[in-house]
Amino acid sequence: MAKKITAPFTAETVTGLRAGDSVLITGTIYTGRDLAHKRLTDSLKAGEKLPFDLAGAVIYYVGPSPAKPGKVIGSAGPTTSYRMDAYSPLLMEKGLRGMIGKGNRTQPVLDAMKKHGAVYFAAVGGAAALIARTIKEAKVIAYDDLGPEAVRELRVEGFPAIVINDMYGGDLYETGVAKYKKD
Amino acid sequence: MREIRFDTIKDAVAKLCIDANCLLGDDVVQAFKDGLAVEESPTGKDILNQLLDNEQIARKEMVPICQDTGWAVVWVEMGSGARVSGGEQYDAIQQGVAKGYKDGFLRKSIVEDPLRRKNTGTNTPAIIYTDIVPGEGLKITVQPKGGGSENMSEVKMLSAADGAEGIKKFVVDRVARSKANPCPPVIVGVGIGGTFDKCAMLAKHSLLREVGSVHPDPFYAAMEKELLERANKLGIGPQGLGGRVTALAVFIEAFPCHIATMPCAVNINCHAARHRSVTL
Repeated sequence: MAKKITAPFTAETVTGLRAGDSVLITGTIYTGRDLAHKRLTDSLKAGEKLPFDLAGAVIYYVGPSPAKPGKVIGSAGPTTSYRMDAYSPLLMEKGLRGMIGKGNRTQPVLDAMKKHGAVYFAAVGGAAALIARTIKEAKVIAYDDLGPEAVRELRVEGFPAIVINDMYGGDLYETGVAKYKKD
Repeated sequence: MREIRFDTIKDAVAKLCIDANCLLGDDVVQAFKDGLAVEESPTGKDILNQLLDNEQIARKEMVPICQDTGWAVVWVEMGSGARVSGGEQYDAIQQGVAKGYKDGFLRKSIVEDPLRRKNTGTNTPAIIYTDIVPGEGLKITVQPKGGGSENMSEVKMLSAADGAEGIKKFVVDRVARSKANPCPPVIVGVGIGGTFDKCAMLAKHSLLREVGSVHPDPFYAAMEKELLERANKLGIGPQGLGGRVTALAVFIEAFPCHIATMPCAVNINCHAARHRSVTL
């Protein structure tokens, strides 16, 4: 049974989640991938205001395809997360509490999740048309020049994800694979 | 000499880009269904079912299966008895890709320089591989290739002494190290032989094969079967969450080799294994 959670997150949202939990996310999340992460980080280092409030924020690693006429967004599945690893610890230090992507994270990210209290979720990579149905509104709020990499504010309803890494060190990729590995 | 019009090629390429991105091949859909029968993980089964649902939505609404609509890799077999009229073949293909990605609401994923990273806005340039073949036809295949799985690919210069086991170890290890990143269940393209660059091209070309097809050479057919079994013992499973179905297929293309070398390339494809062909 999937847990229903609301974004942005509170401290309780994060403490209540464990690796392996299926969730349905409703609320506001932000898109950001490679170049957006670089710009957000550069802004933080320069002491500039960010295009959205990081407190409790959830970032979805996605570069959607363009919306067809009459649609809110195009296909919108997750991109591979490790490319954001160089930037994520600083964003967590400044308030980021949730990340949605796919694929394994590196140790500095996992350490920062424990230290600051954050969760990493996977969405199903390549189920991009299916996932798009849970996105009810989308608007570009920063870095429009980056095209698919611009930061979008999304209003989602019942966005399906699964907790990969919780703030307690749980790792679904490790335990899941260990269960089915044959020597 | 048969003439093929510039606009005929351009329009055909545009349609191939759209169709390849929105209509998953029957072979891949069948492989998902076959995977459901052997997958032991409930989560893995759930994911395979979601991929089947996703494929149906994409087909019905003509939207991309995956938001990463890929780098347009275009394979051209140009008959020596055919010529293009009204412009250059290269331009017709590039303009066709730009048109397809615009008209089909496909994502533009190409930046004009690897370090300065400004998006070209058209998803061009396409990567074009051309062969001149006998006849008067023109066969064009568009293979949109996603970036996430491309990142899990690798070329290794092995020695003859490494033998078949060296190749197998490298291939299985490459799948193992890719873990959840390339959107498993994956299709594993393997190039063996040729030069450093040729073997990478062989690996990419092998990904055009139909899932479920058997290699015509029994030696490589047996190696493909063994590699697929070994990949599926890794436990990575759909989306890397654990399970039996890590790979849907392993395809090998071999080529003559220099006496000093034995290069091997592994080109990983995500489960959205897309390609479409037309003969003009």
